[in-house]
Amino acid sequence: MDETTYARTDDTAELSHIAQVIRADIVQMLATAASGHSAGPLGMAEQLTALYFNTMRHDPANPAWPERDLFFLSNGHTAPVLYSALARAGYFPVSELGTLRRLGSRLQGHPERDALPGVESTSGPLGSGLSQAAGYAHVLQNIDHVKNRFVYTTMGDGEIDEGNVWEAAMFAGKYRLGNLIALIDRNNIQIDGATEDVMPLTNLRAKWESFDWHVLDIDGNNVRAVIEAINLGKAVTWAPTMILANTVPGKGVPFMEYDHTWHGKPPSPSQAEQALNALKGGVVA
Amino acid sequence: MSGYPIDPNVLTNPALEPIRFGFGRGLLAAGEADERVVALCSDLTESTQMHHFKNRFPQRFVETGIAEQNMVTVAAGMAHAGKIPFTSSYAAFSPGRNWEQIKTTASMNRQPVVVVGSHAGINVGYDGATHQMLEDLAIMRVMPNMRVIAPGDSLEAERATCAIAADPAPSYLRLARDKTPIFSTADSPFEIGVAYVLSQGRDVSLISTGTMTYHALVAASLLDSRGISAEVVHVPTVKPLDEDVILASIRKTGRAVTIEEAQIIGGLGGAVCELTAREHPVKVQRLGMRDRYGETGGPAELLEKFRLTGKLIAEDVERGFQSA
Repeated sequence: MDETTYARTDDTAELSHIAQVIRADIVQMLATAASGHSAGPLGMAEQLTALYFNTMRHDPANPAWPERDLFFLSNGHTAPVLYSALARAGYFPVSELGTLRRLGSRLQGHPERDALPGVESTSGPLGSGLSQAAGYAHVLQNIDHVKNRFVYTTMGDGEIDEGNVWEAAMFAGKYRLGNLIALIDRNNIQIDGATEDVMPLTNLRAKWESFDWHVLDIDGNNVRAVIEAINLGKAVTWAPTMILANTVPGKGVPFMEYDHTWHGKPPSPSQAEQALNALKGGVVA
Repeated sequence: MSGYPIDPNVLTNPALEPIRFGFGRGLLAAGEADERVVALCSDLTESTQMHHFKNRFPQRFVETGIAEQNMVTVAAGMAHAGKIPFTSSYAAFSPGRNWEQIKTTASMNRQPVVVVGSHAGINVGYDGATHQMLEDLAIMRVMPNMRVIAPGDSLEAERATCAIAADPAPSYLRLARDKTPIFSTADSPFEIGVAYVLSQGRDVSLISTGTMTYHALVAASLLDSRGISAEVVHVPTVKPLDEDVILASIRKTGRAVTIEEAQIIGGLGGAVCELTAREHPVKVQRLGMRDRYGETGGPAELLEKFRLTGKLIAEDVERGFQSA
């Protein structure tokens, strides 16, 4: 891993490059740790790139900056994509990514607020990020009347099996949290198989619209599409925005793509080498 | 006798008020004192006495509907945004249903979310076992970073609520539904983490929390007339436990009885046994719910049935002496 960090940019080619760098980081972190989740983090690279390198207001030199936008990673098992984005944005040294899941590391198996600067909330047990994001957004919009700050969260699609998510969906709809933008990583897999076999999610657009959300359905592996959706969500102030980010699990690593068995396991050293070669081969549009 | 002022009528004609009423007054006062204080409730606003706060500060009140998991996680987000959120429901549901969310989003994040569990204990009465929260002291005490506070009467609940708001940290505040006797006074102290000796004794330490402290005082008086000198140690903060005050009493008397309107496993009884086993092994008699659920009935009937009145506590303590 080289130590290159990246500033915010609106250049699509640069953003696509950052997403590929994040993917390579993820593969190396997981192979070094010999433990962790592969498919979800790889598929989410464009979402984290869009947030940390384009749309979100934040300051890596001052993680507690009071004027910052907030990001809650609700699907905490995708920690490697968050850790890589934070390191590449400059929150901590890139070399520290190699300590993932090691005893004494700040990069805990699932992210912990106490452990690492830039992590807004501890997560791992699924279904509670949306509620926390909604609580923060409610304070900004309806109690403190702050108009120019936004609150983001990402969830896995399997994660929304959790009842807590739908409690939060009702809450955000009721309080019309126009400053809340959520993304579901719609990659159609979870540990036990395809989401539609485990517990069918079927028409997510209709579900979220019925909870009074503004819903966008996009190609979640197209970084420009993610940015445009987020910007549209920021402009829609009458309702919370749900971005259904349709992604390919394991994106960029052909032997992992679309395969649910890669949800919860890391590549071996030789598989990692193969994966890194594949990632070098192509920049995702 | 003791430095702790006790209502002089406590043994003859005590005033009665639900502990939760003191919380309602305390929350209003805390809200007046600090605009960071906000309140959330899951469709039980008047039951938990949050309506006073809601009426005074409608913009700072959040109605989550019947959704306890969402309530505490929204509160964690609000705390992250700089607020001091009090969340209320029946203890059977919060922390009964949302323990993991409290752990991960409030306690692990060290966000100052206050989980207010109202209607705890068997004094809930006719609603029956599903609504009689008896496991809360155990499940909340085991959580790192969490303070566990069970006021003994409504005046103390008012003081405790203000004290928590003034010192924000993850906290569990246990309240009761039924009218219970007031033993403290307007001048009685309350500090988080402090236990109070309410009456001195030589032969046995009656260590009680929450609603049971009044009954401990009654039991001590009855035991006195039978020649047993009982010391009453009131423990409104179950965690962090005031080990010094409790150990000093046990070292003096050589004998401990714990009394709680909760399961004897893991609650105050568990805490005192852990302490004595480590520091000063003595026989500990644990009074409370003995590893079973409650049932439907009037509050007084249930206290009788489960031997948690002053008279029955005195009998059991005396019997403990005979069997020793």
